[in-house]
Amino acid sequence: MVWYIAKRVVYSLLILLGVTFVTYLLLYMIPADPARQIAGRSATAEVVANIRHQLGLDLPFYEQYVRYLGNLLQGDLGRSYVQRSEVSTLLASRVGPTLQLMVAGIGFELLIGITLGIVAALKRNSVLDQVLMAFSFIGVSSPHFIAAMLALYFFAVYLGWFPLGGYGGVEHLLLPAITLGVLGSGWYSRMVRSSMIDVLHQDFIRTARAKGLGRARVLLRHVLPNAIVPVIPMIGIDIGIFMSGLVVVESVFGWPGLGQLAWQAIQQVDIPIIVGVTMLSAVAIVLGNLVADLAVLFVDPRIDVTKT
Amino acid sequence: MTTQPGSGERRVLSVERLSIDISHEHDTQRVVDDLNFALYAGRTLCIAGESGSGKSLSSLAIMGLLPKMARLPSGAILYGERDLLELPERAMQRLRGREIAMIFQEPMTSLNPLMTVGQQLEETIRRHKLAEGGQATQRAREMLDAVRVPHVEQRLKQHPHELSGGMRQRVMIAMAMVCRPKVLIADEPTTALDVTIQAQILELMRELQREFETALLMITHDMGVVAEMADDVVVMNQGIVEESATARAVFTAPQSAYTRKLLAAVPRLGTAPSRLPVHGTDVTRLEVNGLRVRFPVKRRSPFEVRREVCAVEDVNFTLGAGETLGIVGESGCGKSTTGKALMNMLDFSGSVRLDGRELNGMRGSELKAVRCDIQMIFQDPFAALNARKSVGELVGEPLLVHGLGDADERQRRVAELLEQVGLPAEVALRYPHQFSGGQRQRICIARALALNPKVIIADEPVSALDVSVQAQVLELLESLQREYGLSYVFISHDMAVIEQICHRVAVMYCGQIVEMGSCQQVLHNPQHPYTQRLLSAVPMPDVDQKRDFATLLHVTEVPDPIKPRGHQMPTLRYAESQAGHFVAMA
Repeated sequence: MVWYIAKRVVYSLLILLGVTFVTYLLLYMIPADPARQIAGRSATAEVVANIRHQLGLDLPFYEQYVRYLGNLLQGDLGRSYVQRSEVSTLLASRVGPTLQLMVAGIGFELLIGITLGIVAALKRNSVLDQVLMAFSFIGVSSPHFIAAMLALYFFAVYLGWFPLGGYGGVEHLLLPAITLGVLGSGWYSRMVRSSMIDVLHQDFIRTARAKGLGRARVLLRHVLPNAIVPVIPMIGIDIGIFMSGLVVVESVFGWPGLGQLAWQAIQQVDIPIIVGVTMLSAVAIVLGNLVADLAVLFVDPRIDVTKT
Repeated sequence: MTTQPGSGERRVLSVERLSIDISHEHDTQRVVDDLNFALYAGRTLCIAGESGSGKSLSSLAIMGLLPKMARLPSGAILYGERDLLELPERAMQRLRGREIAMIFQEPMTSLNPLMTVGQQLEETIRRHKLAEGGQATQRAREMLDAVRVPHVEQRLKQHPHELSGGMRQRVMIAMAMVCRPKVLIADEPTTALDVTIQAQILELMRELQREFETALLMITHDMGVVAEMADDVVVMNQGIVEESATARAVFTAPQSAYTRKLLAAVPRLGTAPSRLPVHGTDVTRLEVNGLRVRFPVKRRSPFEVRREVCAVEDVNFTLGAGETLGIVGESGCGKSTTGKALMNMLDFSGSVRLDGRELNGMRGSELKAVRCDIQMIFQDPFAALNARKSVGELVGEPLLVHGLGDADERQRRVAELLEQVGLPAEVALRYPHQFSGGQRQRICIARALALNPKVIIADEPVSALDVSVQAQVLELLESLQREYGLSYVFISHDMAVIEQICHRVAVMYCGQIVEMGSCQQVLHNPQHPYTQRLLSAVPMPDVDQKRDFATLLHVTEVPDPIKPRGHQMPTLRYAESQAGHFVAMA
């Protein structure tokens, strides 16, 4: 077990190294010039060259990358070009709200997805099933920025049920979290539906009924735990997809999280922040997957890590 | 035991004029028609029949667990004063598990994989409010003791996947019997188990029945099990009751033609005439020396000792031209692995010579060429045929792979092969799903014959088939052997089938051959204790030969096949008591 975790941690570190390399390379290759952005439109070529030299942007790619890695190992994520402060401080101030929204959003995804999945599986091949599955399909395929704006308009402006974006108490959190939840729940509802149907046909469900258990007990004690097992690793995978939605939804709702920070940084070609946010997301995804894989071990006694 | 139920015996449940329809989209099909029987306390009724006879659905109807497509157009199931078919679901739930309990066929999948054995047992106890808290655990413990599960404390905390098939079936029985039901329904309870385990489970059910005065309804296709267990028998075929009588009457004076046919098709151990090789065995086809297969076990950490599963250890035998060698043993004994090693489908050490050519280490085109001479038939004819290819393509595929003949020649050859296995040439255009199990196995045989092999490895080729079909396939294999001088390695767990078709037989246990000789020698005069144990567990389709399985009831520990890498197993030495009869010495 210890060896399994150690092995997974080493793999995770390698993945993170790869992520820094790819992001750094991509940002190096994009045609936008951060030095010119910082200097402003009226700056002379000399000033721009000066800034470029100060930031070390005139160095060859490998040198820039190695220097970045060296700093990273010391916990230094660099300084923002535009905001003139440490990236780590900027990230730290944004992590809290984002985590809040993430936990609430994934919570709603699971709540909505699993509930709809169960209902659809129990009423399989009925009209209700078809409507629910169509709904989940629309959810996963609608673009976040449109859906988020529509939700904001309808529920906050038109109906006035929620505040018009911003950060604060539960009322601020609910609308963006539910929006993310509805949009992301489709994967889960489809998965829960098919795995429920599989489990309902298993022999041990017949055994449970033959014991004289009631419908509810069979469903909650025998069907559901078995149907949920494949969903757990899915949560780990979903974190990555969820993040991309988060960036958009945070911007639309004016949620002061990492997504918003990244959104601004991308517009200003603020490379240290972009790399920093990417790194943090990568850490979240890797960590999420590790936790999900370990959680499955506790839920399903059949899985033996030594054989994977 | 096989007497008419006397006035002293209480009638517990009776099924009257029961019919079951299965409705598909538009048409309805009657799967059970006008079924009548009664269950008495302390007596056993067996419903016997081949697949599709409607026997399992009848039992599910009693439990009220029929699938949604099933309709009950007529009939009644009387339990005491009540008609179970009229009972509301809530009332049925109170009866299920409490008064009428059921054991299913597949012990591997019939238990919830996420709950411990203890939790699952206690769930039943709590559901029917027999006991609460610590007393429920105590009750579960007692019940596991009653079904002779060793190390009860430990078992209660284990999950189903940690138990063997036999153990799981014991847990199933414990779960069914824990409320002391009046009626126990057992649907093919031993079909998925090895014979010695089967004998244990049957004996256990008999004991529990005596103790609790349960009325037992057993569903089975195995006439041996019927003769062993039944007081009364209902023979079903295609949903219709062919015969309903006491066990003695059914076995000694069967009334219906179908029952007679069924009984005639059942292979009986000890009745087959000993087969003599048709062609002289002086030509040796296959020579196996020191065959050994080991699978590495993945280590948990880099500091752990490397270990491996010793699947096959030091197996030696020869196979003559036109000869059939049976390999018999229980699951996990290495018989299928031996078959695959002979086909060079896995790495092995030792030597396998086919007509003098060494197969070990053969690769690429050389190996492909050898495969013309040695072919394989598998157990499950449903899984062994690609559903998307026509029969013509399937049977002709070996020819295509080996580049033999053009399209026309292939077509001619396919027609010829199909005729050899007793199918009309026209079936070449049809697809596997249009055939029954027996026909599919014929297609598999035709495919194996396509390259004119000299040796065929048949791995449980008739185990998935009904007895009447089984007899036909065995006959086909025999006639092909006579005609083409084929040699078979016939792998099976079924002693009676082995006796019917094999000239010689090797008994495998824990990867080693413990006894080998002619069928006559091994099956009629077994010398090794394992062979004796195995043979004593085979139920006989004969009411006068009820066996006492009580001696088999204690669980024997099978040695752990996982050993440190490079472990040297002690070499077995064989005594040749008679010419050609080798017995491993302890």
